[in-house]
Amino acid sequence: MAAASTRLTALRARGAIPGFGASLGVTLLWLGLIVLVPLAALAVRPWELGVQGVLRSLAEPRVLAALRLSFLASLAAAAVNLPIGLLLAWVLVRDRFPGRRLLDGAIDLPFALPTAVAGLALTALYAPEGWLGAPLGALGLKVAYTPLGVGIAMLFVGLPFVVRSVEPVLRDLPREAEEAAATLGANRLQTLLRVVLPALMPALLAGFAMAFARGLGEYGSVIFIAGNMPMVSEIAPLLITIRLEQYDYAGAAAVGLAMLLLAFMILLLLNWLQRWGRAK
Amino acid sequence: MRNESRWPRRVVLGVALLLAVVLLLLPLVTVFAEALRRGLAPALEAIAEPDTQAAIRLTLLVAALSVPVNTLGGLAAAWCIAKFTFPGRGLLLALIELPFSVSPVISGLVWVLLFGAQGWFGPWLQAHDLQIIFALPGLVLATIFVTFPFVARTLVPLMQEQGRTAEEAAATLGATGFQTFFRVTLPEIRWALLSGVLLCNARAMGEFGAVSVVSGHIRGETNTMPLQVEILYNEYQFVAAFAVAALLTLLALVTLGAKALLERHGATRAHPA
Repeated sequence: MAAASTRLTALRARGAIPGFGASLGVTLLWLGLIVLVPLAALAVRPWELGVQGVLRSLAEPRVLAALRLSFLASLAAAAVNLPIGLLLAWVLVRDRFPGRRLLDGAIDLPFALPTAVAGLALTALYAPEGWLGAPLGALGLKVAYTPLGVGIAMLFVGLPFVVRSVEPVLRDLPREAEEAAATLGANRLQTLLRVVLPALMPALLAGFAMAFARGLGEYGSVIFIAGNMPMVSEIAPLLITIRLEQYDYAGAAAVGLAMLLLAFMILLLLNWLQRWGRAK
Repeated sequence: MRNESRWPRRVVLGVALLLAVVLLLLPLVTVFAEALRRGLAPALEAIAEPDTQAAIRLTLLVAALSVPVNTLGGLAAAWCIAKFTFPGRGLLLALIELPFSVSPVISGLVWVLLFGAQGWFGPWLQAHDLQIIFALPGLVLATIFVTFPFVARTLVPLMQEQGRTAEEAAATLGATGFQTFFRVTLPEIRWALLSGVLLCNARAMGEFGAVSVVSGHIRGETNTMPLQVEILYNEYQFVAAFAVAALLTLLALVTLGAKALLERHGATRAHPA
């Protein structure tokens, strides 16, 4: 009797659905063992070197060059992806043309294609004798085995983030605002810049942030096309693997931690920008 | 509604399609063109090589071991996040999505820091003659880490949208937790679940950076397909490298096709109108 009434109270407290304790327990165990404990190791191990040692290990010219390349190339690639992603999202939402579904599926290709495969394909494509590398080379533009190649690979992997972030917002955008602007005598370009673009800004920023974060940590699609010349086209994740091969665990963890903090800082900044934009 | 005037519309569409062809289609075509550069026979021979066969078997094994873990974890997470209200729910969801914003190399590095020769548990493992890094367990752990959020993030929004009324009714009628899940919840989420599992599997089979760090690259033993691609490429066996890459590309294309089909299926189910 008493047990039944406690059970009834528990049911009311949690709603009638069973399995809260069990599912939460499994979730926390899964999250803790796979994600939290390993990331704790990343947060703790660099400090074996001491604060001075961590700073010294990060201040090596080769490390700074690699962090700078990963950071700047992913920022540039995410920035270039903004207009490209916006354009692709626009035709997918606002236009009807044969092959639209195919284009829609193709957008997700960089998500689905294994990064090593993307790396090989982009290298073959942009190599000096490749389909795109040859004509670009004739114009004096060298892509493969240069920092530009790093940017191209990051452009490829980041593209779907911007398209998929903008698409739903653009679809739900009420057309009345555009019509009103047109009625009030705005031309098409003014309408796009003053009405449509501001409404898409949060989605664009979110897509930019995701593309940037992906580019910053990207490895497989970059290392083949980069050429990996120290100080020139060597990315930060590659430096982690090099330090691991030398059994410099703490040094590898220091670079990893620096990359994570760099990513979080820029994501927080973008988050803050989004809120500030909305509050305005 | 004023229609977009004709020629600016065509220019916009033309530029968009050109970009899609250059940025997305050309890399895809390149894979197959390079694989078939000397015809079909050399490509097939390359795939039949013993080391490549071993890599294919290992890839299947790693995926078969890691995908179920994240499927069960994802289901449990979706159940407690979508069907109950408790403090810290948002934080829990954010932590589950965290592995997506971690570099693949870091996803491998964390396991080396724990279980590598100089890792926290390295000496203990060595004393007991157990090997995790440069062996199958390390490959599986790294793969579980990078594919961690797929199932949970497909299910949570859908199950939140469906609410709790059906489950509450089942519970009131005396159904146990498992009965409620299998008879009430699962039929409603099965297509989304399948889609999440497929995406998880595709990433598990295609992962490169994380497994590269923990693999040790022992030929015929710890090389998955993407790692085999890298080795063949670095040995200038380009046709063979692109042949294995083409296999992985086919997997990606099948996954994309299945996902599109499932989404159409799910969409017609969720919105009968």
